[in-house]
Amino acid sequence: MHDQGKVIAGIVIFLIVVLFPIWYTGAFGDFTPPNLDPVTDAKECVKDKATMTAWHMDLLNEWRNDVVRNNDRGPVLIAGKEWEKSLTRTCLGCHGSYRKFCHKCHTYADVKPDCWQCHVVPEER
Amino acid sequence: MEDRKPDAEGAVEKDVSRRGFLAASGAVAIAIGCGGPILAALASARSSTKEDGPRWAMVVDTRKCEEKGDCMACSLACHQTHNVPEIDSKKEEIKWIWKEPYKHAFLGQEAEHMRHGLKELPITVMCNHCENPPCVRVCPTQATFQREDGIVLMDMHRCIGCRYCIVACPYGSRSFNWKDPWPRGDDNEPVDSPPNPDFPTRMRGVVEKCNFCAERLGTDQGPACVEACECEALIFGDLNDPESEVRLLLEEELSQRRRPELGTNPHVFYLV
Repeated sequence: MHDQGKVIAGIVIFLIVVLFPIWYTGAFGDFTPPNLDPVTDAKECVKDKATMTAWHMDLLNEWRNDVVRNNDRGPVLIAGKEWEKSLTRTCLGCHGSYRKFCHKCHTYADVKPDCWQCHVVPEER
Repeated sequence: MEDRKPDAEGAVEKDVSRRGFLAASGAVAIAIGCGGPILAALASARSSTKEDGPRWAMVVDTRKCEEKGDCMACSLACHQTHNVPEIDSKKEEIKWIWKEPYKHAFLGQEAEHMRHGLKELPITVMCNHCENPPCVRVCPTQATFQREDGIVLMDMHRCIGCRYCIVACPYGSRSFNWKDPWPRGDDNEPVDSPPNPDFPTRMRGVVEKCNFCAERLGTDQGPACVEACECEALIFGDLNDPESEVRLLLEEELSQRRRPELGTNPHVFYLV
């Protein structure tokens, strides 16, 4: 085989360049999730913490369809108390701060939901 | 040869009956083919509103509204409540409730000789929340839909801004957001704070209109315009309730509606 050394070196350089995002973040990336400040003493959310972290967007879509399309505003029982199906009043009523809660984690996860293009961020607590 | 004759005649007879059969089956196929869509159209022409439960409607008493000339209290209150931006351009403005001269509001219903000044009289107009809403029929994403209580609503999450509904609405009740009504900064905070933080704003590229204060009805409040009207010229209520003020008014007085000839069955009634 001619130029064996050059071909292997070429493949190695190619892989290094192509896999840059993987090895770079592996070596220098920061994977610690942001320390969220929920600004609440409540121990319970609509569902358990793991479910809420992973699937809150589905719950919000469900609430959205219930309220807008089916005129069903709740109530939802959370820790024995009745709440309405509302992002700004119920979710942020407890979690308190858009900036310290939603925005912080969405920035970390690099997701850009468009909730707040229209819904008005309530006053920060 | 003679043995065969009846056979041949029989064959002729069979041929005719086959032709008849084919013609009949063709006619049936055409009848099914055309009848289906016609039946479907008739079925969809019937609205989704229910007999039981409320059917919201508005009565506008223009005689009372007239008392205060160019009062715009209803419009101001509505636009504050729903974060409707003030845009100083006829082409880009957004309106939920406003005033239109009689001759425009009741196009085709004006006569050569009418009560003095009536043709120019400003009439409060808004979405008619039709029983047969053409906007709902044309919306390709079902972003606009009719609730069981008759309210024609916008689901802003689904609107793609195609504006078919604007073309379909014969009352000009719908406005398009040509530009971002409440521009947001990098962190999604509105640059200017909208007057009612409890109600969402809209994005550029969606259609909006009067929602009969669906969000306030949900919390047992009446529409904001009705609350703001000092002349009590706007009366809101449930047409399915025989004791409601709107129902009694309509049974007592002669009312008229905008463009009744179009068959949209508007649910905003005018006492002129």
